[in-house]
Amino acid sequence: MKKIRTMLMGLAATGALAGSALAESHGGELPMSVKARQSTMTLYAFNLGTLGAMAQEKIPYDAEAASAAAANLAALTSMNQGPMWAPGTSTEDLEGTRALPEIWTDMEGVIENAVALNEAAAAMEAAAGEGPDSLKAAMGPLGSACGDCHKAYREPD
Amino acid sequence: MRWIIRLAVLAVIVVAAGLWLTRPQSDAPDVLAGLTPDPVHGETVFAAAGCASCHMAPEAEDDAKLVLAGGQSFPSPFGTFKAPNISTDPEAGIGDWAAIDLWNALHHGTSPEGQHYYPVLPYGAYIHMEPQDVVDLHAYMQTLPADPTPSQAHEVAFPYNLRAGVGAWKMLFHDEEWVMDGDLSPELVRGRMLVEGMGHCAECHTPRNALGGLETGAAWLSGAPNPAGRGSFPDLTPPEMSWSEDELVEYFTSGFTPEFDTAGGHMALVVENLATLPEDDRAAIAAYIKALPISE
Repeated sequence: MKKIRTMLMGLAATGALAGSALAESHGGELPMSVKARQSTMTLYAFNLGTLGAMAQEKIPYDAEAASAAAANLAALTSMNQGPMWAPGTSTEDLEGTRALPEIWTDMEGVIENAVALNEAAAAMEAAAGEGPDSLKAAMGPLGSACGDCHKAYREPD
Repeated sequence: MRWIIRLAVLAVIVVAAGLWLTRPQSDAPDVLAGLTPDPVHGETVFAAAGCASCHMAPEAEDDAKLVLAGGQSFPSPFGTFKAPNISTDPEAGIGDWAAIDLWNALHHGTSPEGQHYYPVLPYGAYIHMEPQDVVDLHAYMQTLPADPTPSQAHEVAFPYNLRAGVGAWKMLFHDEEWVMDGDLSPELVRGRMLVEGMGHCAECHTPRNALGGLETGAAWLSGAPNPAGRGSFPDLTPPEMSWSEDELVEYFTSGFTPEFDTAGGHMALVVENLATLPEDDRAAIAAYIKALPISE
């Protein structure tokens, strides 16, 4: 996982530069960087929805569909998101985001959470196809990983 | 000249009468007489009341949440309040408190020294706790670790630094009335204790008037701005709160919303507490929320 950490940190730094330029270029509308990260959250939720519905027994367990959703999630959480979190796009700068300024003052903590999410998603990818109990067991850590970031870095609704 | 003296005497009498009327209230220990402490139930009260979420050290996780060293900041329009140390350290914390001291703090908002606590300690909600709950909570808290970190002073400016004013606030807003009233099922009665009492949900989810009192009428639990100035807390009344009881219970258990977002901010801490309660309690909270009337 050290590799992922290094990659995330390095790209967060370069992305920050590119992103801040982009942020300037849209008047009124949300910057592309913000739209991109919000879309990523939607993609997380969409794939979690498949896994969660099976974990909560709202839809029948389907190993193939579960594995596909988990693979998507693992891919999404491995993606470099640096440019999506451009400086100047916090709640202090823009309407329409709930990203707190702490994200940019505590990048170390954010990356720790990002690595934890990636690990929880990888564990889900391994577990999802192995049966409903295995999927259910992997769901908790995944939820905690989401919650840890939302706890510290997202404005209340 | 005589009228000035008369006026001064009158002013002194009015102030003295006001201070006397709004003096800190407390009960004698006999209010808790004959109750046997049950620390196991006390742990449930502790979780339901969310004690650790405010009194743990900033950003504490897992077992460290049980070290009630204090130090978290709570900004508000009246100033920034600092959660005190309530660990079992007899000097820095409250290890030397008897159960009656905890009762007076939670029920009356009065310290063992006979001083008003600020209502940032949600005694407006905790007033609903039963004597047995407080005795059990006290017994459980006695089992938690001691921590020597000194409590920090609140950063509250004039006139709010005058604690006597809290007495007037209590007179206006501090009473044992329930908001949800009438003929309630046992589940709703339990839900009401958890929502209006221990869980103190309204502290965030109900709007306040200019004096910081909760609006207990039609605006009850209809959402409110964050007193810390960032964002707002959601409306729990219909039609805005559209989740089913099952979906609410799932949220209180795993933190997942029906759309597979997760709880964040302070609510994430609340969910961590609720997840440790018996499932029936989570269901009772959900039942209470679904029984709320449409707000204005």
